[in-house]
Amino acid sequence: MLLSLEGATVRFGGRAVLDAVGLDVAEHEIVCVLGPSGSGKSTLLRAVAGLQPLNGGRVSLDGRDQSGVPAHKRGVGLMFQDHQLFPQRDVGGNVAFGLRMHGAARPQQDERVRELLDLVGLPGAARRAVASLSGGEQQRVALARALAPRPRLLMLDEPLGQLDRSLRERLVVELRELFGQLGTTVLAVTHDQGEAFALADRVVVMRDGRIAQSGTPLEVWQRPADEFVARFLGFDNVVEGMVSGEAADTPWGKLPVPQDAPQGTRTLLVRPAGVRLVPADEGLRCTVAARTFKGTHVAVQVQPEEAPRLEAAVALREAPEVGDAVGVEFDPAEIVMLG
Amino acid sequence: MAVPVAFFAAFFAWPVAAIVARGLKVDGKWQFGRIADVATQADIRHVLWFTTWQALASTALTLLVALPGAYVFARLDFPGKQVLRAVVTVPFVLPTVVVGTAFLALVGRGGLLDELWGVRLDTTVWAILLAHVFFNYAVVVRTVGGLWGQLDPRQEEAARMLGASPFRAWRKVTLPALAPAVAAAALMVFLFTFTSFGVVQILGGPTFSTLEVEIYRQTSEIFDLSTAAVLTIVQFIAVGAILAVHAWTVRRRETALRLVDANVTARRPRGAGQWALLAGVLGIVAVLLVLPLAVLVQRSLGASGFGYYRALTHDDGGTFLVPPIHAVGNSLQYALAATVIAVAIGGLAAAALARRDAGRLVRGFDALLMLPLGVSAVTVGFGFLIALDRPPLDLRSSWILVPLAQALVGVPFVVRTMLPVLRAVDARLREAAAVLGASPWRVWREVDLPMVRRALLVAAGFAFAVSLGEFGATVFIARPDNPTLPVAVARLLGRPGDLNYGQAMALSTILMVVCAVALLVLERLRTDRSGEF
Repeated sequence: MLLSLEGATVRFGGRAVLDAVGLDVAEHEIVCVLGPSGSGKSTLLRAVAGLQPLNGGRVSLDGRDQSGVPAHKRGVGLMFQDHQLFPQRDVGGNVAFGLRMHGAARPQQDERVRELLDLVGLPGAARRAVASLSGGEQQRVALARALAPRPRLLMLDEPLGQLDRSLRERLVVELRELFGQLGTTVLAVTHDQGEAFALADRVVVMRDGRIAQSGTPLEVWQRPADEFVARFLGFDNVVEGMVSGEAADTPWGKLPVPQDAPQGTRTLLVRPAGVRLVPADEGLRCTVAARTFKGTHVAVQVQPEEAPRLEAAVALREAPEVGDAVGVEFDPAEIVMLG
Repeated sequence: MAVPVAFFAAFFAWPVAAIVARGLKVDGKWQFGRIADVATQADIRHVLWFTTWQALASTALTLLVALPGAYVFARLDFPGKQVLRAVVTVPFVLPTVVVGTAFLALVGRGGLLDELWGVRLDTTVWAILLAHVFFNYAVVVRTVGGLWGQLDPRQEEAARMLGASPFRAWRKVTLPALAPAVAAAALMVFLFTFTSFGVVQILGGPTFSTLEVEIYRQTSEIFDLSTAAVLTIVQFIAVGAILAVHAWTVRRRETALRLVDANVTARRPRGAGQWALLAGVLGIVAVLLVLPLAVLVQRSLGASGFGYYRALTHDDGGTFLVPPIHAVGNSLQYALAATVIAVAIGGLAAAALARRDAGRLVRGFDALLMLPLGVSAVTVGFGFLIALDRPPLDLRSSWILVPLAQALVGVPFVVRTMLPVLRAVDARLREAAAVLGASPWRVWREVDLPMVRRALLVAAGFAFAVSLGEFGATVFIARPDNPTLPVAVARLLGRPGDLNYGQAMALSTILMVVCAVALLVLERLRTDRSGEF
């Protein structure tokens, strides 16, 4: 394993910001840590970089324990959330900084700066002042600066956080291609699930300093480990139910569940695509409370008479108006048993 | 951290403690009864009373005169503003001796007002109060105006949109935001005027005496060391209290305010009111700040052209062992050495104080660093003489004694200038450098140094100017054959005759020009965040 954390713990005051976190990152792997703000993601990166001392546990790189190794000797790269470019240096000076620190000769520095600026799509920008760069350009320079000394592990803290949506979606594709090309090992943190799913080989969901789930983007998306992960991914149709046989008794009525489902009181998730709207005299009686246009579909909030609201994903031309009475049926394929 | 602490222990705490002990210890026993004795003496009570009320009156008068100035400099845009800002700051870095001399030339016997209308103010307290306003105008304009200019005008606009009248918006939004800065400026003015020495020494005559002047009189004229020691303690306690309140207001001031670039908030004056205000402020600056300096220059020229200046180069064999002009060279050398010391010590202290993980002990040191500004310079000077005359620190005959004493006054300025800039360096910028492979020393050189270089130059300039003008301590320890400019001015003034008076004016003019040049260079280098001064 290139990076491995065992029982890594950081406390601020009495509160554990990282609570016995164990995490391995293999060489060439792209791992994305996903979590709401305050879940300890950034602290995790700072602990690996050596900027935040551990209160317990250990961080190893290439199998070597890093306790007592200062940040500047760890050989990892970190791209900061708001880039932190050196304001008094030009673009080239920023990119060359790490090379200078490692004692590279002047011609090599210039060569590598040119190479990296080409790579991140800013050829010939070396003499520009950082203050004149747009947000997206700053992000590229920060990336070039972090990559320049060829770190064995590149860490990204909310790499696309401050950029507008279309730029973000374009850059995330570019980044994934670039890291694949270079074979870079990447540990990124973000609060944006779309970013995490698009970038990562493996997604790690964090909650309150602990790892809630780890898996490929598809695994995490299809089978959220628990109610927290499901709600964080934007699924709100979560309900408690009594499972017996192939059905679960819930406030929304009887829901079909898979054959081998564990019995007893369980938490269930119904994906919006699994909530089918039917004429009012069929299924569960509901009133349409709100509808939100989502581009590809309409998210319809329906209110049953004596149960929590449900969200349904409906094709645009089939979407009912607010106040309409509708019936609801459930698709067994879109029902997931949570942890 | 260790170096500044050791410096202050050896060159501040130890001399002051030594002289207090000398005064209060008889036959190895502490005579604390002396404190009560001295404090109940009628003439001492009179000095205490005068010191306090003149400081209060000076502070109130300064605020009254300077607050409109703060507004004009913060919110109005007019041609020549930069130059004018430098002009109003010149008095602050002028040696107190020069300030005293300038006012003497304006309102004293044979002064400008005397010649024109037969008005003399040098026997009244007004001369002292006006000199104090002259001296501290810049403190208020810079501290209050600096913040005022950076307050976001949109906050007031937001209040207007919610239905507040312009005056009400100002009173409810801007005034509360400014209050801590006004309080801090008022306290600094109070501190400077409470411990005023050179100005009162020259303008006060036999009638008016502050604590500091009384300490000087008791020490060097009456040789009553125990009374001087008691007065030193009294002043020490008063200054400690003022600084404690000041530290509290500074912390209040650091509460989150929305600050914007001062350059975008200033506008051209609009309407008769603003033009009248601008004219009024310019008038006050002209009469109160420029006129005394102009009179000083005019008196130095006298009837004989540059005669007084030429006289400075002659050894008259009486006042000095060397021609007075040598004082210029001495002063520059001493001030340069003092600047180097002050920047080194103050820079180290500021770097230690700027650390985010600085403990309470270190932050306490922050307030202690300000003490030399208020503790009797006379005591420090005399303390140097009696405390640093035996091993391991036998410096009595060394030239370094004078720069060391001057550096004490320079350090607080260096710390105050550097600290806000160092604190403003984003800690993550240092982390970014560390992750890229820079060792802690390299981080300091590559990240901190380039950002604080300008502030460092500004700090050095201030330290240079105040060292140049330091009088209270230097007057004790400068040797007769090596006087500094302020000491030479004071000595010339102390002797009768037109020639001596004219030479004093000429030397003061030279000192003023040197300080003004240093300041104009600084004004060009000024950073947005260069602290309080």
